Order: sequence, then structure tokens, then C-alpha cells
Amino acid sequence: MGKLYKFLKYFFITFWAVFVVAPFLWALTTSFKDFNSVNGGATYIPWVDFEPKLEGWRVLIKSPANGGVDIIEPYFNSLFVTCTASLISIVLGTLSAYALSRFTFKAGFVKNNDITFFFISQRIMPPIVLSIPFFLFLGAISLLDSLIGLIVVYIVLLMPIAVWIMVDFFNKVPREIDETALIDGCNPYQAFFKVVLPNSIPGLIVAGMFCIIFGWIDFFFAFILTFTEVQLLPVKIVALNSSITPWWSLSASALVSVAPLIIVAFIVERYLSKGNLSGAIK
Amino acid sequence: MNFKQKYVFLFPGLFVLIGILIFPIIFVVRLSLSGWNSYNGLNFIGLENYIRLFTDDPRFWESFFRLSFLSVTTVILQYVIGFALAHMVWKDIKFQRFFRVLFLIPMMTTPVIMTVIWRTFFHESLGPVNDILSNFGMSPKWLTDPVLAKVTVIIVEVWQWTPFMFLLLLAGLLSLPKEPFLAAAIDGASPVRKFLYVTFPLMAPISIGAIIIRLIEASKIMDTVYVLTSGGPGTSTETSSFYIFIKGLREFQMGYAASMSFTYLIIMIISLTVIVKVLTKLMLKD
Repeated sequence: MGKLYKFLKYFFITFWAVFVVAPFLWALTTSFKDFNSVNGGATYIPWVDFEPKLEGWRVLIKSPANGGVDIIEPYFNSLFVTCTASLISIVLGTLSAYALSRFTFKAGFVKNNDITFFFISQRIMPPIVLSIPFFLFLGAISLLDSLIGLIVVYIVLLMPIAVWIMVDFFNKVPREIDETALIDGCNPYQAFFKVVLPNSIPGLIVAGMFCIIFGWIDFFFAFILTFTEVQLLPVKIVALNSSITPWWSLSASALVSVAPLIIVAFIVERYLSKGNLSGAIK
Repeated sequence: MNFKQKYVFLFPGLFVLIGILIFPIIFVVRLSLSGWNSYNGLNFIGLENYIRLFTDDPRFWESFFRLSFLSVTTVILQYVIGFALAHMVWKDIKFQRFFRVLFLIPMMTTPVIMTVIWRTFFHESLGPVNDILSNFGMSPKWLTDPVLAKVTVIIVEVWQWTPFMFLLLLAGLLSLPKEPFLAAAIDGASPVRKFLYVTFPLMAPISIGAIIIRLIEASKIMDTVYVLTSGGPGTSTETSSFYIFIKGLREFQMGYAASMSFTYLIIMIISLTVIVKVLTKLMLKD
């Protein structure tokens, strides 16, 4: 490997690392500013460039009546919707994926691959296409602006991901495992729950992580299908982005909302290093 | 294997998905044939919406070509950068785990929330980018110039989604067999030749998969545009989704919006099928 290549490699990696970190650092410094230090032009280093204030962080825990931002309730709403929808998607998706990976289905010209494609192809559907009918549909059964309504919609978003990852994963789990269990006298349910499932933990974790990521980062459906009763975190934070934006509390709440998923990055990387993800993603 | 129980495994998921989707999809088709608005309900008007869309609405087609331009550009950039990064942290590098985690982080963050931060980042007078550029006597209008606004959207999209490409490609690299590399090493192939004749061909199927997945997701660009520019200045960053959103849920021309949605969905399915065919032909020569 040439010296030039090595130099270019480290240069590029450093450059990209700075690019990745830049908005986070900017948000972090901004969150400690107040009106004067924001409107005086860009400043970077606390104590040198500007006097750090805790105002941006303090409003997060104040009640709205005292001029606070109140992101606690949206935070838990987001957490609840994401986790419930992910769980339902994983359970249903894993069962379907197992069936599609192990058994043969045939109904006319529809075969296993077509059913798998049907599941996965739901990701192609642009959110806007679904949003208008969902808006009217949920309105008709009075689930508009409710947590349950959002969970129903998120299942459509997340189940394709669960099926996609789990079908690939089960295809990599040797068939001998369930065949041996069946010969030993298990029925198909026991073979699945007692033998196959315990061997599929890595796949389940990866699928779960992906469902959580794509559930947590959704803005569009939450934005269109909820108004006042229920607010999710992204909608709440974007609502702060008005004409007279309080950049400090905006930055602080953005950092708080982004934080939990950074743990997910560590988990995904761990499974990547062990080589488990390579089976799950293809 | 064949058991009666197989249906018990498959059907819950399948029927839940169909059950949730069947009404919306039928309804979009029905709505697209109607002059529905909030005042006089659903009235059948045949193909009028489609005729209007195909003969009298250049804005829709402009937004579609803009979307194609934006998504293809961002996906190409993401693929090149993502592949380069994945290849660089694949082996022998210091702080390998640190860089891998760091490069994954942007995709874990909520696009709209980070876009709010990017908006302050690119702010014309108070943001750090123009603060640094002003030392060189420049102050580009990142969000209000028609061309630069597109560049800003591309920068933010590349920041947000290159990690996803990076993840898929790194997982692919880690799963490659070792033998071809040993053979190349024995033949004394240079790093460049090794990449061109061993790594890249082996990665072709994974590359196609990753590009298609990203194209599907990129075609939904909406959050970023909504927060960053709201489609502006003028209509210079307006994408199809955003235009349908304006017509349907801002101006409440739901019937017309539904016909646009349906047309858009059909075009997407056709163009993605064509892209898959072309990519497969280009990258898998044998």
C-alpha cells in the first residue's frame, strides 16, 4: 500500500468524521447560548466567544405554562408508538418470514417469492400516497389524532423491514435444525419456538434495531395524522422552528431526541463486527 | 417441508398488512376519479383529473424531474462515498470501531430534527458556514438561491443517508469469501487491480441491492425539503411528494391529489423496474 494512498485514506476519513460531527457540535454549543450570543453572529467556543447559559436546557423541563417547551410527553408518546409498532411488526413479521423461508406456498401463479415481494414492496409506496386515505380512514373510525391510529400506520411502515431482514436470516439458518427437531417428535410450533427462535436472536436484534430506527425517525405520518391530542417528538420540535426561532432550546431538544438512538449505532456496529449482520442484510 | 400449520405462521402478518392497506389503496383509486373537496363530498367525474394532470399541469412533471435529479444525484454520491468509507474501515485501520460507529450515527438521527439544525447551520447571517466563508469574502445564500438550495438539500441528504449505504456495503464486504483475495495476493496484484478485478465484481450484487434500497427511500424525500426550504425558493426544491402534499392537504383538492399519487406510484414502479434491469446488466456482465 503506497504512502500516498495511506495519506489520502486518513485525510478522507478525518474529513468525513468532521463533517459527521459538525452539526452535533454546532447544536451543542448553540444549546448553551442565549438571545444575544445567537443574534450577534456565529460563535463557537464557550467562555471565550460567548457566556454559556443554561436557558436552552432549562426550558425543556419547565411546564408550558411557564414558557417551557414540554417535550416530555411527546418523548414518551414517540417511545410508546415506536416500541409497540416495532414489537407487533417483529412478532408478525418473524412468523411470516419463517413460513416464507421454510414452507412452500402456491396459489395460482403466486409463489413464495411473490409473497415476500408483496411484503417488501410496501416500502416503495410513497408516504404521501397513503397519507390522504389514511387521513380519511382514521377519521372515519375516529382514530385520527390518537396513539393507536399511529401504531396501525407504523405497522405498515415497519413490517416490510422485519420481513425483509428475517427472511434473509432464516434462509441462512440451516434447515437441519428444524428437521432434527421434527424427527425428535416436536410439532412445527415447538420446532419453531424451542429450536429455531433461540438460534435467531442476532437476526431478531438487527430487525428490531431497524424497526426502531425507522419508526423513531418518521415525521411525515405523525405530522399529518396528529394535531393536538397526541404529539410525537419530531412534530413537536419542528413546531419550534417558527419565524422567531429560539435556537438554544431547539438545539437542546434536538440533542435530547437524537441521543437514545446513538446507543442503537453501538449495537448495530457490534453485530456488524461479529459478522451477524452480513447474513441479515443482502 | 409441508404442514397445515404453515398458514398459521404466514397469515397473521399477511392479513394484518392487507387489512390495513386494502381500504386506502382502493380509496385512492376511487378518489382519483372524483371531484372530491371538503364542500360537496364525493362525486364521480371519470378521468377528468388524469386528463388535467397529463395535459395541463407542468408543475407536477417539473417536480417529478426535480425529484429524479435530486434522488439520483444523492444516491450516486452516497454510493461512491459510502463504498469508499466502507472500504477504508474494512481492515487495517486505527480506531476501527470508533470510525465505524461514528459513520453510522447520522442514519440513527431523525431527519427532520437534524434538518432543523442544518437550517441554523446554513443560516445566511448567523450560521457558522457563512461565518467561515465570510473570511474569504463570500456569503452564499444557501437556502434562498434556487441553485444553492438544491445543493443544500443534497448536502443534507448525503450527510443523513450515506451511513445507510455504508452499513449495507460494509456488511457486504465483511461477508466476502477470503479465497479470491488470497489468489490475487499470490498473483501479486496491485491494490488498484485488486479492487477493480476482485472486490468490485464480488460486491456487484450487494451494490445493486443497496442502490435500489436507497433509491426507493430517496424517492420519498420530503421531510428534509419541508423543513429546509418548504419547496422554495419558488418551486426550485419542490419534489413530487411535496407538490401532492400541497394540493391534497393544503389546498384540499383531494381527488386531484389522489390521481397524482396514483400516477406517481405507477411511474415509480415502472422506473424502478427499469433501473433494476439496467443496473443488473451493467454490473453483472457475465
